[in-house]
Amino acid sequence: MKNPFENLDRILEHRVRLQIMSVLMANDSYDFNSLKEIIGITDGNMASHMKALEKEKYIAVSKSFVDRKPNTKYRVTERGRNVFKKHLDALEELVKQQKK
Amino acid sequence: MKEIPEYEKDIASIRTMMERSAKFISLSGLSGVLAGTYALIGSGIAYYLIQYPLPITAYGQESIQQPSVVLKLMLIGIAVLVASLVTGFWLSYRKARRHNTSVWNETSKRLVINLMIPLVTGGIFILILLYNNHYGVVAPACLIFYGLALIQASGNLYEEVRYLGYSEIALGLISAVLPGYGLLFWAIGFGALHIFYGTLMYRKYDR
Repeated sequence: MKNPFENLDRILEHRVRLQIMSVLMANDSYDFNSLKEIIGITDGNMASHMKALEKEKYIAVSKSFVDRKPNTKYRVTERGRNVFKKHLDALEELVKQQKK
Repeated sequence: MKEIPEYEKDIASIRTMMERSAKFISLSGLSGVLAGTYALIGSGIAYYLIQYPLPITAYGQESIQQPSVVLKLMLIGIAVLVASLVTGFWLSYRKARRHNTSVWNETSKRLVINLMIPLVTGGIFILILLYNNHYGVVAPACLIFYGLALIQASGNLYEEVRYLGYSEIALGLISAVLPGYGLLFWAIGFGALHIFYGTLMYRKYDR
């Protein structure tokens, strides 16, 4: 049997990034402030994780203005969706193997 | 490389994040109970206005032919709606503050949009029915459109809301077959069902 550790995604090993992806998987799109509130981290911290995910093309950003305030929305890309699913399968496989 | 218990925590956090981000958890079951109570009070007043002293199960076609009665019924309906909405917002606001989140977030925005589409459609449709004097199917139309709105919004709410939606639609369809008993069905649908499901949700999520 192949080693499920190989299927884990390096970027998603970080819990906060995994949480961001979870929110985006469950919703069509989500804005920066709502994401920050739900995960419960600081602005700067959040921004750096978003950048990392964006750089890997796991998420896509759309910027617009609502009442003259900038509104940044994120959505998961097809690539991000596949990586997330693979990572989740690997996690489940690991936990299952451990229980045997 | 992390340890296995850490991976288990990863899986658990995926689950909570998906739940929490998609569900509007600030809605209180108490809102349902109070909305149901207002609806029963409203139905009681309407009963004395149009049907008394006939029993509530009596066929009430004749009594609502006068425009003044229709107007009074509409006012009662609007009063019940406004009281329920205000209570709902206030209780949600309180619960959100207790959980340290805001009421107006991505999820609640989506929830309101999902609710509004069937509700506004239903509202306009009912006004058209009233305008054309089709009073017999107004109560069924209220119940059916409200049920559709609940099912539409239930993705962002607790699963009980979906069952409440199914119940409202079933009741609305039965009521459409028995047009003279609109008030009775309206009282069951907006009163009794709200109190029943509200209590269920309050016991499950609010305590």
